[in-house]
Amino acid sequence: MYEKDGQKYFVVDTHTHFWDASPANWVPGQEQYAKGWIECFHAYQGLGPPETHWSIEDFQKYSEERMMKDVFEDGHVDIAIFQPTNLRQWYKNGFNTTETDGALAEKHPGKFLVNTSWDPREGDKGLVELEERVQRWGSKGVKLYTAEWKGDSRGWSLKSDEAARYLQKCQDLGVKNIHVHKGPTIWPLDKDAFDVADVDFAATNFPELNFIVEHVGLPRIEDFCFMATQEPNVYAGLAVAIGGLMHARPHFFAKVMGELMFWLGEDKLLFGADYAIWEPKWQVEGFVDWQMPDNPDLSDYAPLTVTQKRKILGLTAARLYDIEVPDELKAEATPTETPVGVPGP
Amino acid sequence: MTAGAVGTASATDAVLAALTAVRDPELDRPVTELGFVAHCAVDEAGTATVRLRLPTYFCAPNFAFLMVADAADAVRGVPGVTGVDVRLEDHFAADTINAGVAARLGFVGSFGDEAADELDDLRANFVRRAVLAGTDRVCRTLLAEGVDRSRLARLRLGDAPAGRDTDRLRERRAELGLPAGDDDPLLIDTVTGEPVDAADLRTHLGRARLARVGQEANTGVCVGMLRTRYGIEVSS
Repeated sequence: MYEKDGQKYFVVDTHTHFWDASPANWVPGQEQYAKGWIECFHAYQGLGPPETHWSIEDFQKYSEERMMKDVFEDGHVDIAIFQPTNLRQWYKNGFNTTETDGALAEKHPGKFLVNTSWDPREGDKGLVELEERVQRWGSKGVKLYTAEWKGDSRGWSLKSDEAARYLQKCQDLGVKNIHVHKGPTIWPLDKDAFDVADVDFAATNFPELNFIVEHVGLPRIEDFCFMATQEPNVYAGLAVAIGGLMHARPHFFAKVMGELMFWLGEDKLLFGADYAIWEPKWQVEGFVDWQMPDNPDLSDYAPLTVTQKRKILGLTAARLYDIEVPDELKAEATPTETPVGVPGP
Repeated sequence: MTAGAVGTASATDAVLAALTAVRDPELDRPVTELGFVAHCAVDEAGTATVRLRLPTYFCAPNFAFLMVADAADAVRGVPGVTGVDVRLEDHFAADTINAGVAARLGFVGSFGDEAADELDDLRANFVRRAVLAGTDRVCRTLLAEGVDRSRLARLRLGDAPAGRDTDRLRERRAELGLPAGDDDPLLIDTVTGEPVDAADLRTHLGRARLARVGQEANTGVCVGMLRTRYGIEVSS
């Protein structure tokens, strides 16, 4: 547990990766995309503090030892949750797959949870394979990319009947955490890939599942927040919000946190460092030290309490993933019934 | 950014001035302010050369297309410009976008089966967000001047303080065909144009504030990425 000023924080990092984007893994003919993708990620790292920047070579492929040190030894993380991103069209062995993540997790018992993914366009075969992966790796969550291009298809919707079959399967298998990427994408070209209306629909139809919108739908945060106030089972993944703004744009970070607390509250916010884009160390330490600045421009927003920070950094995720919380923090791990959003006129 | 040769400085200035009307639809700011114009020059023969750049290699191609097409249109309209060479650089879809814009093919014509429709709805969607964000800016100024919050739903656009924020709000409303005259309500539904009811005031202002935070945070990320990518300073 991370400890600061006599307070302890149980840290669950809900968004971590173990990828290989080195040139040896690039699919011939797709090199420009494979290279462009990792360079784009690398530029995001540039939004963190300078002393945490890596060379592009280090960033393309990092070792198991480095990850264990950065995330657990130095990064204060107690449990990290892998979110796979397959991208097999550009990377021969995939970019960051359930299998690669799972193999690393098995070597370090008790450190990781292994989420998997699915694509409803894979039909019956995909359903069988999903079940196999869930049983093999013990997955309690999935990461979905609704905007992913596949053949003639320009992405898919959580509203579709095919997606409903997969969601039902998740519910049957006890895979209750559905992380949906609503952030920067390449395809489809002409749809608003950040549209969260399909999450709204699925969250209503599957009240036993939790829907975590990754990157807080940042470019369309207004749609996301408003939707989340209507759906009790919708959560926000903070990857990108903390990593991309807390250091680079502290004033906007304060506003984004203010809005997220106003509309959703600490029982709906999940910390995710998005390693290796950003190391967890500076994010955990920075967030624990962070406070809403005393600034007239931010006067609509309340300061954060230690309990609220504890929930955001780990206790809320622990509740979703049935992670055992240290005894001393158990009393705080229960959600408080806070009114969310705008209470009346 | 690099400017043109001395002999054509005034023509270059005119092209740059025209480019200030080209906005990033998502961020609602001119491409010139955002640092997206990497190069602008007009040669002796009147050919304008403009190079645009974006924060990442994978910036959404629909928004990229709108900006390149808008820039080409803006440059074509500058008196004395006889040829237009506007191109996007360092982007995964640059070749397709540049060829499509040069041939005025539109988005569907440029991308073929990969695009289902033109981008008018997308653009309108973001102008609506800009109206909401602008509403927050104007209302905050009014509140700071001591206007009671409960009165906002009764105010007219003509009651808003004169200045850039109000001008911008009025322009965006007009673009959408929404009421934008002095006697029109300050607070309107951004889809229907109907006045906001006093009972919905809190929600409306909450959404307006949120739209502005989204726009500003997004600008912060984009500007930060551009700075990292090209090592330049841009104010956000």
